[in-house]
Amino acid sequence: MNKITDDLKTAMLLFIAFSLLTGLIYPLLMTGIIQIAMPEPASGSLIVVNGSVVGSELIGQNFTSPGYFHGRPSAVNYAGNGSGASNFGPTSKKLMELVSQRISEVRAENNLSSNAAVPSELVLTSASGLDPHISVEGAMLQVPRVAVARGIPESEAKVLVYQHIEPAQFGIMGQERVNVLNLNLALDELNRGGH
Amino acid sequence: MLMELAYVALLLVVLIILAEPMGRYIANVFSGNRTLLSPLLRPMERGLYRICNVDELGEMSWKSYATALLIFNALGLIAVYGLQEVQLLLPLNPQAQGPVRWDTALNTAVSFMTNTNWQSYSGEQTMSYLTQMLGLTVQNFLSAAIGIAVAMAVIRCFIRKNTATIGNFWVDLTRSVLYLLLPLAIIWALIFASQGVVQTLGPYVNAQTLDGGVQTIAVGPTASQDSIKVLGTNGGGFFNANSAHPYESPTPLTDFLQVLGMLLIAASLPFALGHIINNPKQGRAIFAAMLVLYLMGLSLALWSETRGNPFLEKMGIAGGVNMEGKETRFGVVPSVLFAQSTTVTSDGAVDSMHDSMMPLTGLVFLFNMAIGEVIFGGVGVGLIGMLFYAIMTMFLAGLMIGRTPEIFGKKLEPFEMIMAVIGMLGPAVMVLILAGVAIILPTGLSSLNNAGPHGLSEILYAFASACGNNGSAFAGLNANTVFYNLATALGMIVGRFATILPALAIAGSLAQKRIVPTSVATLPIASPLFVIMLAGTVIIVGALTFFPVFVLGPILEQLLMQAGRTF
Repeated sequence: MNKITDDLKTAMLLFIAFSLLTGLIYPLLMTGIIQIAMPEPASGSLIVVNGSVVGSELIGQNFTSPGYFHGRPSAVNYAGNGSGASNFGPTSKKLMELVSQRISEVRAENNLSSNAAVPSELVLTSASGLDPHISVEGAMLQVPRVAVARGIPESEAKVLVYQHIEPAQFGIMGQERVNVLNLNLALDELNRGGH
Repeated sequence: MLMELAYVALLLVVLIILAEPMGRYIANVFSGNRTLLSPLLRPMERGLYRICNVDELGEMSWKSYATALLIFNALGLIAVYGLQEVQLLLPLNPQAQGPVRWDTALNTAVSFMTNTNWQSYSGEQTMSYLTQMLGLTVQNFLSAAIGIAVAMAVIRCFIRKNTATIGNFWVDLTRSVLYLLLPLAIIWALIFASQGVVQTLGPYVNAQTLDGGVQTIAVGPTASQDSIKVLGTNGGGFFNANSAHPYESPTPLTDFLQVLGMLLIAASLPFALGHIINNPKQGRAIFAAMLVLYLMGLSLALWSETRGNPFLEKMGIAGGVNMEGKETRFGVVPSVLFAQSTTVTSDGAVDSMHDSMMPLTGLVFLFNMAIGEVIFGGVGVGLIGMLFYAIMTMFLAGLMIGRTPEIFGKKLEPFEMIMAVIGMLGPAVMVLILAGVAIILPTGLSSLNNAGPHGLSEILYAFASACGNNGSAFAGLNANTVFYNLATALGMIVGRFATILPALAIAGSLAQKRIVPTSVATLPIASPLFVIMLAGTVIIVGALTFFPVFVLGPILEQLLMQAGRTF
C-alpha cells in the first residue's frame, strides 16, 4: 500500500514538473525567441496595405471578380478560422457533379473551348480549404480574362505571372506554383502605378 | 516524375544517415552513459529526481513498472479532460473558447494520452491556447516518452539475466523527454517558424480581403506543438486541417521535415536495440525488414495515386490528376510520401486528405495501420510491435526445425508466445469488432460522408486508426458523435494497452531467463532469410486478418471505379 502512495506522489510531482516544462516553459520560451528573431512569420506573415491587414501571404482568400486571378475552390469558402476539406472519395457522384460544373464555369469565364483541358487544382478543392497557390498553367489560363477586365495588355499580365512563379524549393522539393494573393496585389499595384 | 522520385530518395538517404548515429545516441542515453548533451541536461535530470522523490537506481518489477505507467497516464487523462472543461475560466483564451462537450473532451483526453491524437474536434474552433499548450502539447511529449520508455525496458531485458526487475519507469520517462524529445522539438520548431509556421499568443486576425470580403485568420502557438507532433509520432494538428494548413506546413521544406521527423526516432530505435544488445547487425536486420515493407507499400500507393482518376480525366482534367484534398505546394508524390509515413508510424498528421485518395492508395494506408503500425511504427511501440512479429517469426522457424525458438539469446516459451499474440492480434480484433458494430447501428452509418464501398472504408479506417493509435482519418466520417467518440476511445485504450502491457510482461519474463549461447541451429537474425521471413510474417498475419473486409471496401471500390460506377 505504501508503495502505491509513493508511486502516486512521485507521479503527481513528475506530472506537474513535466507539465510546467513542456506545457508552459517550452512553448512560452519558443514564443519569445521566435517573436523576437522572426516577428513577421511568427505572427502569420500578414500583409498590410495602407495600414490595414489585407490577408496573409500563406492563407488563400476568395477571389471572384474577373479582374483578379482566381484561386482554388474551397470546401470551407476560405474561412481562415475554419480550415477543412470536402473529403469526397474518388468514386463520389457528388464530387463528379461539382467538378463538372466547375469545369464548365472555368471554360466559360476564360473563353475556352468546350473540350479544353483544365488544370486539376483549379476545379478540385484543397486539403486545407486555404491553399494560397495555383499551378503556373492555372494562372496562365486566366491571363486573357484578367487583362481584358483590367484594360492592360496580356503581355503585361503574363510578365507578372512569370515574376510570381515560386520554384520547387532547393530545386527538388514540392512543385512550381503561383501565390494568388501576391499576384493579385501586384496587379492592383500595377493599376495604381498606371494612373 | 524523375524529380519526384529523387525527392523520395533524398528522404530515405537522409533518414538512413541520421538513424544510425541517433540510435547510438539513444542507446547511450538509456544505458546511463555520458552524451553530448549531458553537461547541460544531467544537472536538470538530477534536480528533477530530487524534487520528485525519484530514486534513480531504484529498480522495478514489470508489474510495478506497469502500475507506475498507468497511474501516470491516469493523471494525464484527468488533466486534459479538466482543462477542456474549464478553459473559459483560464488565461490564454483570446477567442473565448467555451467548455468542450463531454464526449468530445473524453475522446480527446484518451486520444492524446494514448499517443493517438485522433481529433473529433476542430482545433481552431474548440481549444484555447492554454489547452493546446498545457494539455495537448504536454501529452504529446509524455505519451511519446512512455512509448520509448517501454521499448527501452523490453530491449534492456535481452541483456539481463536471472533478475526480477526491468528498470525504472520514472528514469526512462525523464530521459526520453529531456535527452531526446525536447532538444529535437526545439530544433524542429525553430526551422518551422523560419518557414512561416505561426507562434504567437495574440488573438485571431481580421483581414479586409482584396475582393471585398472579411477573413478571420486563426493563429496561435503552433510551431512548438507542430514539432513534437511529428517527432513524437503524435500527429494531432493545432488546426483542423493539420499539416495541410499553411500555418502548420507552409513550404515543401516543412513538409519534408515533418515526414523526416515522424520517421526519425522510430527508425533509430532498431539501431539503438542493436547497440544495447551489443549486436548492431541484428538491429540493422530489424530496420531492413521495416524498410522493405515501407518501400513495398510506398510503391503501390505511388503507382495507384499517380495514375489519376479516370472520372476526372474523362471530364477534361489533364491526366486525371487527383488534386482533390491535396495542396498545390506539395503535389501528388510528396502527399503520398507523407501519407505513407504517417500511417506506417503511428503519427497520423496529414498534409492531404486520405479520404479523397484513390481506392488502392487508401488500401495501403489502411493496411499499414491494421497490422499494428510496426513498419517503423510509433516511437517505441512500433519497435515493440515488430518484436511481437519477430517472436512469431522465430516461433515459426522453430516449428520448421523442431527446436525451442529463441530471440537475441533468450528462449521463447509459452508465456512469451501468449503475450506476443495478444499484442499482435488484440488491437486487430478490436478493429473488426468495433467496425462491425458501427456498420450494424444506424448511428454508425449516419456519420458517413461517402456512399458505396468507400463508406465501409471510412468506418474501417476510423477504427484501424483508433486501435492502431494512429489518429489520421478518412475525415469525411463525422466522428464527433457520442457513439464514435466513445467507440474510438475504447479502441484507442485497447490498442495502446494491449501493446504496452504484454510487452512489459514479456520484458519481466525475459529478465529472469539466462542468456543462451547461439548455436548452429539458431536462425541467424542478421541474415536476409530472417528479414524476408519477418516481413512475410507481417504481411501474412495482416492479410489473414483483414483480407475479407478489404475486399468489400477499397478493392471493390477500385473494381467498380474501373467499371465506371460512382456512388
